[in-house]
Amino acid sequence: MSHEQLYSTFALGEHYFGVDVNKVQEIIRYQNMTPVPLAEHVIRGLINLRGQIVTAMDLRRRMEMDDLPEGKKSMNVVIRTDDGAISLLVDEIGDVISVDDQTFEECPETLKGVARDLIKGAYKLENKLLLILDTQKVCQLNTVQ
Amino acid sequence: MDDIVKEFLVESNENLDQMDRNFVELEKDPTNKELLSAIFRTIHTIKGTCGFLGFGKLESVAHVGESLLSKLRDGSLTLNPDFTTILLTMVDAVRQMLSSIESSGAEGDVDYSLLVENLNKAQRGEPLNLSDSAKPEAKPEVKPEVKVTPQESAPEVKAEVKPEIKPEVIEAKVEVKTEIVPEVPPPVVKMEEVKIEVPKAPEKPAEPVKAPEPVKAAEPVKAAEPVKTPEPAKASGPAPTPSPSPSRGEAKAGSSVADTAIRVDVGLLDKLMNLVGELVLARNQILQFTAKQEDSTFVAASQRLNLITSELQEGVMKTRMQPIGNIWSKFPRVVRDLATICKKKIRLQMEGQETELDKTIIEAIKDPLTHLVRNSVDHGIEMPEERAAKGKSEEGVILLRAYHEGGQVNIEISDNGGGISPEKVKQKALQKGLITAEDAARMSDRLLVNLIFLPGFSTAEKVSNISGRGVGMDVVKTNIEKIGGMVDIQSNPGEGTTIKVKIPLTLAIIPALIVTSGGWKYAIPQASLLELVRVENEPGKKKIENIQGAPVYRLRGKLLPLVYLREQLGDFTKPNEENVNIVVLQADDRHFGLVVDEINDTQEIVVKPVGKQLKGVPTFAGATIMGDGHVALILDIMGIAQRANLVSELHDHAIQDMNSTQVKSSDVKSMLLFASRDNGRMAVNLSEVARLEKFDNKEIERAGDQEVIQYRGEIMSLIRVSSVIPERRRVPRDAEAIIKNVGDSIQVVVYSQNGKNVGIVIDKVLDIVETDEAIQESGSRKGIAGTVVIQERITEILDIPRAIDLYHQKIHLNKTEEPLAKEESYVS
Repeated sequence: MSHEQLYSTFALGEHYFGVDVNKVQEIIRYQNMTPVPLAEHVIRGLINLRGQIVTAMDLRRRMEMDDLPEGKKSMNVVIRTDDGAISLLVDEIGDVISVDDQTFEECPETLKGVARDLIKGAYKLENKLLLILDTQKVCQLNTVQ
Repeated sequence: MDDIVKEFLVESNENLDQMDRNFVELEKDPTNKELLSAIFRTIHTIKGTCGFLGFGKLESVAHVGESLLSKLRDGSLTLNPDFTTILLTMVDAVRQMLSSIESSGAEGDVDYSLLVENLNKAQRGEPLNLSDSAKPEAKPEVKPEVKVTPQESAPEVKAEVKPEIKPEVIEAKVEVKTEIVPEVPPPVVKMEEVKIEVPKAPEKPAEPVKAPEPVKAAEPVKAAEPVKTPEPAKASGPAPTPSPSPSRGEAKAGSSVADTAIRVDVGLLDKLMNLVGELVLARNQILQFTAKQEDSTFVAASQRLNLITSELQEGVMKTRMQPIGNIWSKFPRVVRDLATICKKKIRLQMEGQETELDKTIIEAIKDPLTHLVRNSVDHGIEMPEERAAKGKSEEGVILLRAYHEGGQVNIEISDNGGGISPEKVKQKALQKGLITAEDAARMSDRLLVNLIFLPGFSTAEKVSNISGRGVGMDVVKTNIEKIGGMVDIQSNPGEGTTIKVKIPLTLAIIPALIVTSGGWKYAIPQASLLELVRVENEPGKKKIENIQGAPVYRLRGKLLPLVYLREQLGDFTKPNEENVNIVVLQADDRHFGLVVDEINDTQEIVVKPVGKQLKGVPTFAGATIMGDGHVALILDIMGIAQRANLVSELHDHAIQDMNSTQVKSSDVKSMLLFASRDNGRMAVNLSEVARLEKFDNKEIERAGDQEVIQYRGEIMSLIRVSSVIPERRRVPRDAEAIIKNVGDSIQVVVYSQNGKNVGIVIDKVLDIVETDEAIQESGSRKGIAGTVVIQERITEILDIPRAIDLYHQKIHLNKTEEPLAKEESYVS
């Protein structure tokens, strides 16, 4: 008995990530952002999404990766959370793919740092791994200073 | 839950509120038949309805209460304070059961037998014993007053109606004094709602609101709310006998006001408000666009759009407005109960009940206001004996006042009690360590009195069940500030205390001043705006002065502290502006000037919430969308003021540092200061540094003898300062062995050389400083360009290109089998 799951995929550096397609509200091109001074490093700014104000979080910074080289513009994956929409800035958008539940495996113990908390596990695709993000944890910033 | 039950709850709660007020009035005038009748009717209605709905317990409590009331009304008993108390207890019991019904659908398990017994005793204690007191014999009476309980009637038309369910109260025009309208629960509405009044001639006879439902056999005629439009006098008359099937034709009468007011779900109003908000934004956008157009038809159309939008906005805003009297109506009861407990005599006066506020704000200030009123009763007003000794009237007065002023609503709670002694507050605050002795000595009486808003403060000698736990006032203050309001307290010892609460009219759409700082636009709510000052920089005339690093401006002879918005937003680059734009703002009681780069214009903005990820930043109150579609942040003036104060007090040295940089000479250099291995200090010229990075130790890889790391898609070699620059102590140590113990991450200064990055690994970044000290050449160590005195310490300047050369030499030597430990040999 295997179940097929749908994931919306995107690239971040050399990694290939996926989020549950049901959580994705929409995917949009690079938007102008209003920076929020004093906010946490991972918050890139605020986006006007058809009259709704959405916080844009740099997923590279969230995953403690280096910033996208200058000149390259990121894409927005707007996901729904309990506290409204939030936009994740990613490098490139991939397809919505269907994966078999049985190819899923949890993260190995050796995974270090933030990735360990934020990645639920991986689907073993034929030629690469599809890393599944825990969107809830991604959106949760440690406000404990 | 059934709609009927919901409706019953809404109506009953409204009626109970009115009843509380009636009881308090009744105490002053115990023989007032009208008040007694009104109270009686309310309880009767509740009893009837709950009998019908099957809430037996509630019915039994209401029943005994009704019996006692009926005797009071007949005049066979006279109201005394004991009766009032027991009746109020009954009202509370009813409330408790109602809330239990609301939450769980059942009446709850509380035992009310004692209350029932007491109520029974109360009526038996009198000679005249009317066993059938449950059957009221009401006389129709004309009520001249404007404020009347909304009369809801029991749906007595059903066949299973209990015998004691009685004639219904109706409202009719004066001339139709005894017309009977059997009522049925009115149209279904949700629990949370506001009333809308449609201005309409109240004299028009009412039409049935809804088509009759066959089962209930009656018209849902709904009584008017006691809002403030003139109501026609009402005649109320109970039907002589319960009639299970009243003829429908009789159901035509009703309050004419019922016709002009409808109930609307608050959710719908919120939605409308949001839509209007969007419309306002779209309007702003079009207006911006219009400014560039020359087509006069288009300009005219957009101006019309502008006008209509403003009117619509105003109209929708009005629908959400409620008189503050709605929350004040609970206070007479609160004051009475507390005064009885404290054995004080207190009269509550209210002025400006009709002052209107947005519903969300009304909700938000309900609890803070209740707390303030309780405080006034408990702490403000003295005991009667004490008052008499002071030559005051024994009866204390608490005055609630509400009025509009400058787009805000002011609410004052004043008492003529003992006032607050600044000395006592000071002692208490010192004792609790809330302020220091120096602070205390400096503070004015007014400031001292305002200390009661600090968390953990309580002057009450003993903690009572009313107040004195020291959590109250700061919660009051925070809650009021949360909705953009302010609290201030003024007290004259011996004469009384006045607490003034200032709150905005509405939260959703606010007028704001748009300013620019660092190229981005910010909105400042106009409520805290006092004036705008532009200081032209005339040569030889310094308008902005400094007091120990705190910039001030002389505004009409008074010193106005200045806060630079750029700095508050974390940008410490100081533009050498010709002119200074000062936005004079008020936060709490203090005035301060916010220096901004540019003042744009004023605009109506729609406050939009921001995500929880930004909740931790106190400088912003929210965000809005500008005419051009950009998002602009709304500044939280209170937050900025607090932040600025904190900075000026805690970071004196930082300000001094800033002062010292003001005497910059032309050859000022920025240096990155870091610690070297032997606790010495080293620095590099900041202009040489491409980036500062932090890497996890695990990311370090090896390529041959070199340490490398993957950085931005290329391989960057890492050079440890300690491995190329020998330690000063000249005792060679295995640098790498020490490094292993440093921790699990390294700090790297990325240096760019011919397009290739090299990472210089340093131990710890100390600071970034500016210095104009000349570098002293020193030839003693390789890789060191010289020394300089920074922060009173000798600091070596690292010569990065030279250090890289040294590193390559070393690698080369290693390749030729030269032992690594021969570092010493590089030292000349």
